[in-house]
Amino acid sequence: MDFRFTEEQDMIRSTAETFLAELSSSRDVRNAMATERGYDPALWQRICNDMYWQAMHIPEAYGGLGLGYVELVATMEQMGRHLLCSPFFSSVCLAANALLVAGNEEQRKHYLPELAAGTTGTLVYTGNNGRWDASAVTGVCVAVEGGYRINGTYRYVPDGHTAELLVVAARSADSVGEDGISLFVLPADTAGIQRQWLPTMDQTRRQAQLVFEDVFVPVAALMGEPGRAWPALAKVIDLAAVAIAADQVGGAQQVLDSTVAYLQERVQFGRVIASYQAVKHKAADMMVKAEAARSAVYYAACIADEALADRPLGLELAEAASIAKAYCSDAYFFNAGCGIQLHGGVGFTAEYDIQLYFKRAKSTEIFLGDGAYHRERLAKLLLDTEMTA
Amino acid sequence: MKLSFSEEDEQFRAEVASWLADNLGGEFEAIRYRGGPGDEHSCVEERKTWERTLHAGGWTGIGWPREHGGRDASIEQQVIFNEEYARAGGPGRMGHIGETLVGPTLIAFGSEKQKQRFLPGILRGEDLWCQGYSEPSAGSDLANVKTRAHFDEARGQWLISGQKVWTSLAHESQYCFVIARTDAASSGHKGLGFFLLAMNQPGIDVRPIEQITGTCEFNEVFFDEAHCGADDIVGAPGEGWRVAMGLLGFERGVSTLGQQMLFQNEFDEVLRIARENGAAQDPAIRQRIADAHVGLRIMRFNSMRMLSGGGDDGSLNREAMIYKLYWASWHRNLGKLAMDVLGPESEILEGAPYQLSRLQSLYLFTRADTIYGGTNQIQRNIIAERALNMPREPRGSLK
Repeated sequence: MDFRFTEEQDMIRSTAETFLAELSSSRDVRNAMATERGYDPALWQRICNDMYWQAMHIPEAYGGLGLGYVELVATMEQMGRHLLCSPFFSSVCLAANALLVAGNEEQRKHYLPELAAGTTGTLVYTGNNGRWDASAVTGVCVAVEGGYRINGTYRYVPDGHTAELLVVAARSADSVGEDGISLFVLPADTAGIQRQWLPTMDQTRRQAQLVFEDVFVPVAALMGEPGRAWPALAKVIDLAAVAIAADQVGGAQQVLDSTVAYLQERVQFGRVIASYQAVKHKAADMMVKAEAARSAVYYAACIADEALADRPLGLELAEAASIAKAYCSDAYFFNAGCGIQLHGGVGFTAEYDIQLYFKRAKSTEIFLGDGAYHRERLAKLLLDTEMTA
Repeated sequence: MKLSFSEEDEQFRAEVASWLADNLGGEFEAIRYRGGPGDEHSCVEERKTWERTLHAGGWTGIGWPREHGGRDASIEQQVIFNEEYARAGGPGRMGHIGETLVGPTLIAFGSEKQKQRFLPGILRGEDLWCQGYSEPSAGSDLANVKTRAHFDEARGQWLISGQKVWTSLAHESQYCFVIARTDAASSGHKGLGFFLLAMNQPGIDVRPIEQITGTCEFNEVFFDEAHCGADDIVGAPGEGWRVAMGLLGFERGVSTLGQQMLFQNEFDEVLRIARENGAAQDPAIRQRIADAHVGLRIMRFNSMRMLSGGGDDGSLNREAMIYKLYWASWHRNLGKLAMDVLGPESEILEGAPYQLSRLQSLYLFTRADTIYGGTNQIQRNIIAERALNMPREPRGSLK
């Protein structure tokens, strides 16, 4: 057992930290926030050309670097720390994962090298019912001559208005729950797709609405067997939840660090306010949350690697992902909320970055299910399954 | 990062498990899952016999160096041993203070003579030790020790006078280690000595403290010119604080995974009851059960990081610093959850006058978890000051 970063993983982490400290500064983030696209294409190009993050966990056979989910999570943590505005999560943790998990060999060969070269993509599965499980899939697909027709409205799609490649979930007309779901991979400019940016409270992560009106996709776009895609889609969602949780750990840590730095400067009653016990204890609680959240994410990342390689320990993915997403969602929100409180009045201003973290904490908490959602998933595993000896 | 243990370690695990399966039965069946915090008063004689059985199997002091009778077991192997021991329902160790605190302290700071005199008895499970740190006015502020040590030239002995408190197993122990003031004019962490005393002597009086649970596992210990030899001080007079703090660093978290296995047993019982009595249908209880599960799993992941990353210099890393606050708070919450899952049955005792069930005992005893070994408030000070480098608490002048 060696539950720590290898030297190489540590180097990847610290390289990401240095890179983002320089190129995802508060000003860079605020500039990106002001655009409809939501990110700086020049920075994305630098990430793709110089850092190869988008290719990190894609196998070498498909033009990637062949690293693992631990490396990905270490990088994602730094992105959360620096509020990076980029299509990384949607392209890599949604689209590339979907192709890795659900794509057939031909689709992987076709699309993964494109994603590894910097093509953007996303996963389109949630309708407007606010769910994150199989019932979230409300778009309908019908088999027609030579392919399928997809109809439906999809909301909360990360970078859905800019992504170049879409992985879309839709269900057969009469199906419910986990049955009848199919996955398709298609270019975003396929005829019949209306894409609209949804302005969001957290301006560091973009969401979009996509309306599919009689969108035709050829049979070759179908990933896996028709109507049986849920287990693969569930795995993609769990993998994405682990990545989001890593973003949250980075945010929770940065909120703690920047708050403590502020507390060490601010003087009241002739003392730095960091010297007051009421303040110290709040900061200590924040550190407990950040460290525990980090442990949860690192473990889930190890399990994600097992799941991507289809090894037995990978069967723990749903549980590990829910543990990480439940804990990290609450931890980030707790830390960001405490961060504002401990900053006092300036925490409430637009000028201080703490407000950006507070908003990202909430958007990442809700996305792919909040703490209560994931705890209920765990409760089902613990309480509703057959008793074993 | 690697989650699995090496093949060699897995072989070691199999060896431990099979020895426990062969030995922890028969006369010892009754003491499985007994003892430990909250149950330290139970099956004492049988557990003493078990200590000697453990020694006969070569399972005491496994982390000690070979030259001192240990196995030189790696951190991983110590973790595995503790984990398998807890999994098998091994009783709370009577000898744990000697094995995990005194032994390593003597090996690091003790004289050759002290090692030869005390280590073998600890390993054999014959000499049990208790800890004389806390005093009525030295709780969180441990350095405020008032117990005095005075060297009597005529007798050639140290004479110790004062009072210790919260001393587990004092009435069962052969020896006690005591920090006491060698320099009467000193204060704080200066001027202390670290002494090794035999408990069986007229100058020592042990009085049990009845706890919230109705049972007694803590004691007050009164010293009235209790004596030990001139050689029974570890380090020099005035170095007691350094030795005492060194001691607290030795445990290194190897027992944490074993401790968590015990927590898992308790949590599983709560789960079983929730399924049986229908509490598992209550959405609020479901959330809390899942939250407890999340908390316990993450406790394990924290330990795995802690055990993988700890420096050899004994310095605490960040995840180690949060550990006490984290587990104590979790365990206390589990106690409350257990009562809420039981509902009205939580009030009904197993018998008069005050026979608590395991979970009732858990509920009450876990109130101590967030107090002993550094209260939650002290832990938060430690985290803020040592990990986050926030200013230290100002020291007061009242005595």
